Amino acid sequence: MKLLVPVKRVVDYNVKVRVRADGSGVETAGVKMSMNPFDEIAVEEAVRLKEKGVASEVVAVSLGVAACGETIRTALAMGADRGILVETDAELQPLAVAKLLRAIAEREKPGLIILGKQAIDDDMNATGQMLAALLGWPQGTFASKVEIAGETIAVTREIDGGLETVSLSLPAIVTTDLRLNEPRYASLPNIMKARKKPIETLTPAALGVDPAPRLALVTVVEPAKRQAGKKVGSVAELVAKLKTEAKVI
Amino acid sequence: MPDRPAPLTIEPAPSPFLTADHLAFRDTMRRFVAREIEPFASTWDEEGGFPRRLYERAADVGLLQLGFPAAYGGVEADPFYGIIAAQELARAGCGGVAASLLSHTIGLPPVALAGSEALKQRVLPAVLAGQRIAALAITEPGCGSDVAAIATTARRDGEDYIVNGSKTFITSGMRADFITVAVRTGGEGRGGISLLLLEAGMPGFSRTELRKMGWWASDTATLHFDAVRVPAANLIGRENDGFRLIMHNFNRERLGMAAGCIGSARLCLEETVNYARMRRTFGRPLIAHQVVRHKLADMAMRIEASQAYLEQLAWQVMQGENPVASICLLKNQATLTLEFCAREAVQSFGGAGYVRGAKVERIYREVRVNAIGGGAEEIMRDLAARQMGW
Ligand SMILES: Cc1cc2nc3c(=O)[nH]c(=O)nc-3n(C[C@H](O)[C@H](O)[C@H](O)COP(=O)(O)OP(=O)(O)OC[C@H]3O[C@@H](n4cnc5c(N)ncnc54)[C@H](O)[C@@H]3O)c2cc1C
Repeated sequence: MKLLVPVKRVVDYNVKVRVRADGSGVETAGVKMSMNPFDEIAVEEAVRLKEKGVASEVVAVSLGVAACGETIRTALAMGADRGILVETDAELQPLAVAKLLRAIAEREKPGLIILGKQAIDDDMNATGQMLAALLGWPQGTFASKVEIAGETIAVTREIDGGLETVSLSLPAIVTTDLRLNEPRYASLPNIMKARKKPIETLTPAALGVDPAPRLALVTVVEPAKRQAGKKVGSVAELVAKLKTEAKVI
Repeated sequence: MPDRPAPLTIEPAPSPFLTADHLAFRDTMRRFVAREIEPFASTWDEEGGFPRRLYERAADVGLLQLGFPAAYGGVEADPFYGIIAAQELARAGCGGVAASLLSHTIGLPPVALAGSEALKQRVLPAVLAGQRIAALAITEPGCGSDVAAIATTARRDGEDYIVNGSKTFITSGMRADFITVAVRTGGEGRGGISLLLLEAGMPGFSRTELRKMGWWASDTATLHFDAVRVPAANLIGRENDGFRLIMHNFNRERLGMAAGCIGSARLCLEETVNYARMRRTFGRPLIAHQVVRHKLADMAMRIEASQAYLEQLAWQVMQGENPVASICLLKNQATLTLEFCAREAVQSFGGAGYVRGAKVERIYREVRVNAIGGGAEEIMRDLAARQMGW
């Protein structure tokens, strides 16, 4: 079985993001970029399934600017077999991403697509669900455990009330939650081997998809600065302030 | 409390020598150090050691294998990978961990270079996989800088050597399974020295732990050899050809030490910038005082100049050159930069820099070992001058 793993290039999780002065988004010029952490978990799970002999090939896909090729390299260094880069300078929103991934899924015919539940840049939590709808495949989102047996996959999901296990027939969509696994480091020997693995480059046009945005971004603003704290002299004063100033009781 | 300024990371300037693979390895090392070492560094230093399984974890990312032949489990890589490894390890602010974790980078090159096939097969893969620990033992109670004066003897007895004497200040000395030991097999001076591989558990071999000013997380020992019987098959290279191998070893060690010192100096700068942005004195952030800003500028100037020198020499080594004199000078440039930056960092932290647990406090205690070990500053100057024909 072939596994498809989409990987997104995002601002590194250690970077404290700054909003652009004109409110058009966050500053990315000169900022360290990395693979979306939830996608690392997706790659790790796919590679583990291959190591267990459940999967035969892991294909990493990234969509966006040419530098997304480096994000694919990271996936290859973690153990993916080959990459597909859909290169475009266009701003990609979840629906366009889902459409592009559908086109790739139709070409590649994977038995399972594993995505991050969301990307840490815009936190949309939408692409996996949209892709499932477009393909008409079952979905198991927020996975904390997956088990494949024959033509079905059992996905344990983290939901508000606890854990829920759903059984899906393959092909299917899985999106990863934090506790699914702890991704491995890309080791030096594997970084070097990854250089020799193939990456195919496509364009949205070649896949017959118009990636034009459907949503307009109005503005991006910094969260409000934290105010200095206040010391209160008594419990009575605290309660009074909670009522009159903080207005929380 | 109002928002604190987010801590900055002070990265090395973009380097013309680094490829995407180098940067990917730096990323791996950055995560490895942040997750596997940095959170425990202070505890390990106070406890005087780190868990043995860290060697295996380091092998998982390819750190231990760096620069050793692929046929024995190594990863052949240019010197810039070694620089990245040393400088990312430095970010933990705990030189002792790096010293012991990488003691095989001084212990094993003679085996890889001159050892018999059987010796290589037995020693290299196990150490490079993190299952065994290797060390190098040259220094003796009676001589350090003057390597040609060593007094530990190895007398041939049939198929064995009988080793008598002692070694001291040996990094990983307490835990090492394999130790490359300089012994006298011939007459006086440099022409009578051989390298012999001693192994833990050989009868007559004992060790005593040494307590030190810094590098507490590194086990350092005096080794005692009382008629230790070592198979002649453990001879590394030819008999009486040891001095050449030792000198060859020093170049790589010094480049690595210089890289580590510059990395530690950079961490001193980073820690000081971050502290000075947060700490307020006389109604202003410390960093708003001109005297403090000038200290930071002086640190940055020395660090970047040293880094440029380091990378230029690494490039020369990569071209197959052997710039011995320059590497000696680089090592001094790096240790003097570290000395300056550690001083200014602790000074800028005030009392907080004198209290144990602060990275700058640990680094301050690691300055001298770098200026003494691997060739002391005085020896480096003299060797460089003589190499340049003065
Ligand atoms: C923590 C630590 C770990 C170490 N790890 C190892 C290890 O793993 N393996 C190993 O073999 N060794 C190790 N060493 C030993 C180290 O290499 C020696 O300490 C170093 O080479 C200096 O030798 P020495 O201590 O005998 O000093 P000496 O040679 O006695 O020198 C003392 C001082 O005199 C100066 N001096 C010496 N000769 C001259 C001269 N001709 N002119 C002017 N000045 C001179 C030196 O520069 C130095 O300042 C370690 C040392 C330390 C502190």
